[in-house]
Amino acid sequence: MTWTEYFVIIIVVLIFIVVFQIAKASEYVSVLKGEKKAFQQNNRINAFLMLVFLIVGLGAAWWCNKLLYKKTLLWVPSASDHGEHIDTMMWITLAITGFVFIVTQILLFWFAFRYQASEKRKAYYYPHNNKLELLWTAVPAITLTVLVSFGLYYWFRITGDAPKEAMEVEVTGHQFGWEYRYPGKDGVLGRQNYKLINPAKNNPLGQDWKDAANHDDLHTTELHLVVNKPVKMVIRSQDVIHDVGLPHFRMKMDAVPGIPTTMWFTPKYTTEEMKQKTGNENFVYEISCDQMCGAGHYSMRGVIVVETQAEYDKWIATQKPQYLAANPGGEATPVANATSAAETANDPGKKLVAVQ
Amino acid sequence: MSNEIAIQPGISGHGVEEHHEAHHHHETFITKYIFSQDHKMIAKQFLITGMIWAIIGGLMSVLFRLQLGYPDLQMPWLEDIFGHWAKDGKITPDFYYALVTMHGTILVFFVLTAGLSGTFANFLIPFQVGARDMASPFINMLSYWFFFAASVILMSSLFVQTGPAAGGWTVYPPLSALGDASQGSKIGMDLWLISLALFVVSSLLGGLNYVSTILNMRTKGMTMTRLPLTIWGLLFTAMLGILSFPVLLSGFILLLFDRHLGTSFYLSDIVLNGTQILPNEGGSPILYQHLFWFLGHPEVYIIILPTMGIVSEVMSVNVRKPIFGYTAMIASLFAIALLSFLVWAHHMFVTGMNPFLGSVFVLLTLLIAVPSAIKVFNWLTTLWRGNIRFTPAMLFCVGFVSMFISGGLTGIWLGNSTLDLHLHDTYFNIAHFHLVMGVAAFMGMFAGVYHWFPKMYGRYMNNTLGYIHFWVTMVCAYVIFWPMHYEGFAGMPRRYFDYMGWESFKQFVELNKVISFAAILSFLVQLTFVFNFFYSIFKGRKVKSTNPWGATTLEWTTPIRPGHGNWPGEIPEVHRWPYDYGKDGREFIPQTEPVGKDESSH
Repeated sequence: MTWTEYFVIIIVVLIFIVVFQIAKASEYVSVLKGEKKAFQQNNRINAFLMLVFLIVGLGAAWWCNKLLYKKTLLWVPSASDHGEHIDTMMWITLAITGFVFIVTQILLFWFAFRYQASEKRKAYYYPHNNKLELLWTAVPAITLTVLVSFGLYYWFRITGDAPKEAMEVEVTGHQFGWEYRYPGKDGVLGRQNYKLINPAKNNPLGQDWKDAANHDDLHTTELHLVVNKPVKMVIRSQDVIHDVGLPHFRMKMDAVPGIPTTMWFTPKYTTEEMKQKTGNENFVYEISCDQMCGAGHYSMRGVIVVETQAEYDKWIATQKPQYLAANPGGEATPVANATSAAETANDPGKKLVAVQ
Repeated sequence: MSNEIAIQPGISGHGVEEHHEAHHHHETFITKYIFSQDHKMIAKQFLITGMIWAIIGGLMSVLFRLQLGYPDLQMPWLEDIFGHWAKDGKITPDFYYALVTMHGTILVFFVLTAGLSGTFANFLIPFQVGARDMASPFINMLSYWFFFAASVILMSSLFVQTGPAAGGWTVYPPLSALGDASQGSKIGMDLWLISLALFVVSSLLGGLNYVSTILNMRTKGMTMTRLPLTIWGLLFTAMLGILSFPVLLSGFILLLFDRHLGTSFYLSDIVLNGTQILPNEGGSPILYQHLFWFLGHPEVYIIILPTMGIVSEVMSVNVRKPIFGYTAMIASLFAIALLSFLVWAHHMFVTGMNPFLGSVFVLLTLLIAVPSAIKVFNWLTTLWRGNIRFTPAMLFCVGFVSMFISGGLTGIWLGNSTLDLHLHDTYFNIAHFHLVMGVAAFMGMFAGVYHWFPKMYGRYMNNTLGYIHFWVTMVCAYVIFWPMHYEGFAGMPRRYFDYMGWESFKQFVELNKVISFAAILSFLVQLTFVFNFFYSIFKGRKVKSTNPWGATTLEWTTPIRPGHGNWPGEIPEVHRWPYDYGKDGREFIPQTEPVGKDESSH
């Protein structure tokens, strides 16, 4: 331990002793002054502090908002169409709960201050009032019905079937990284079997090469999406439960081993547009793993590039089917041989993020 | 032994005192303080064990908050204490995840379930229903010792080479099922499961006792509608525990099978490290989540219902007027208890569960807000036109209501599946449940301890320390958890060891420092409570009257230091409800006083 650390400990201990001595002394003082007087004095102080807490607390909440608002996503437009619904829902909920919060907290601390013990007043015997109780059963019930209705209306729109024109992409999680697969020209993701997974044989996703739909599937290291084009994600996990968390799109879906899940949305802004909207030139769409998945959970990061159709077409054209890398001798065309080296160097089977 | 005395004094008032005294001579240190069957002593055992756990669990949060607030700071003394867990004075990810997992497990189960229900159910039920002891003092004793055994095993898991469980307090498989997936899923996980299995046994033994005592052993005149709200809260709590803990146990046993017997309840299609292909097929990790949350959700009400009862009771005593809407308070407790069984899947909106099923759970979840709102408005109305005495217990009641409002309202956000898509497993969630079932439950518990301490030990706790404890806790709680909502709005995920590698989340460095500082301060302040507690047991101001708070309930009709059997003479008869404060111009009317002829009825 360093001297500063000893110093901190000594200070803390001293503060403890001082606080204790004051507390002890106050007890003796109250005996001297008379318990009643001491009680009245303490009561007034605590009641006053209730009021102080209310006022300072509300002020601090306002100040906190001022400091932190710009660090959240609240002021950045949602990057997906679903996210816009979610944001609307959030503002509705904030308005209602915010109102209730302010009113009830003010009443709580104001009553605490206002009705502090006083000899001049007697407590008012008021055991119940059916009308009042009915009122505050009915009003919350109605309010919540409104919230549930809005919520479910959006919920079903978000979780409903993806539009037919949606592009499909598979996202697979494992400790501690993400893999992406595009269906290729046929638009069909080929069959998989987890027992075929073998990164050494260039088959990190367990694609079944007997299924011809697999032959043109692209296994990429980055996830590229097209702006304003719906995308349906098929989400898988190879080991434990992960979660595809997309804060900017306001979306989230678990990756569950053995049970593929899906999620769809339409990106609204390209990465470049978001850089301008957020004023952050380093802006990237990140995939965060939102389900505890082991020691490297915090580093399970993926990146999504949202771009225009033209940019996307250009990028996808440079990608080669995994089939060619896994079967260099098979039906490989000369092109495949030329690119397989690059493909291996780029082997997505390797962990995207190393964990110590 | 206790059974004898439990039957004896009821026979006649005369001569009982004598017998009672004689009885004490037979008590040895072991039967009085260790294998005690006296509900009061068992309550103290639960309380003190719970306090020890709370200090350990709190200390863990200090350690991981150090990492979150000061990720670059090197503290060589950490390595001196924790060895390879804190290499070069920095907490390792494995250590970090073990800490958060144990913090959750300890606080949820060992402190806020056993420490809370165990203390107040044991202490208050016989006192307030008017019984000499629990229905079965022996089973009651077993309940504590199963809890103790669970504690020993969980504690021992902290010292194994590979560390304790580290997959989050919910221990979702496959992570928790596969030793190769995580350090914490090795032997530490087995110890965790065994410990929790014993914990469930303890909880069931306790719960059955509480329910049978409340239903069968009420004194003459103590109808159900004359029970204090503490007892109602504890009754529903015990019922929730009895109905839901067995389901959790079954979930744990299946997990043990998957771990050791090669079954595939939760496992399917798994390849570890890209190479290790497991044979398990057809299992569902989601099954575990259903089993877990079928307890897990009632569990949060197991934590909060007793404190709702405590707060209602303590508030009424110190406001000097009846709790507003006694019947509505019971009805809302009942509604909450019932609904708590029908909302578990709101923890699972993003697991890929059928969206229609999700929508049913949205509806049921938001329904819970109605009885919760009733309770809050009733507490507010109880304060209205009262004559409030700010004892430390009363301060914590106000704190409880404030926290319950703040944390409860964000439940409306998270229970709405649409918003959950964005906020699930972010810091918003952490803020929500810490306020509503962490801080609020602690405040309720503190209210209870400060209020009934004179009954427990015949002495008062120091008021000034109590005031300091309350105000610093109150301020720190908001400083810690209020800004976390903003981190949640940024989508910042929980259970991250470090955020520096993330463009989306690294803007909160400064804020995390502030939060960590407040967390450490609030931990230190809790130590003043611990100190106050133990100091006051021996040196506190002595209680001079049997009823120091001027309360109506039965526990204050016992002697200042009640012996085994509680009342030296006959158990008093009850004639009225427990909330006649300020009625007909009288300060308070004890439950034992017959209803007068001219008295107004309520």
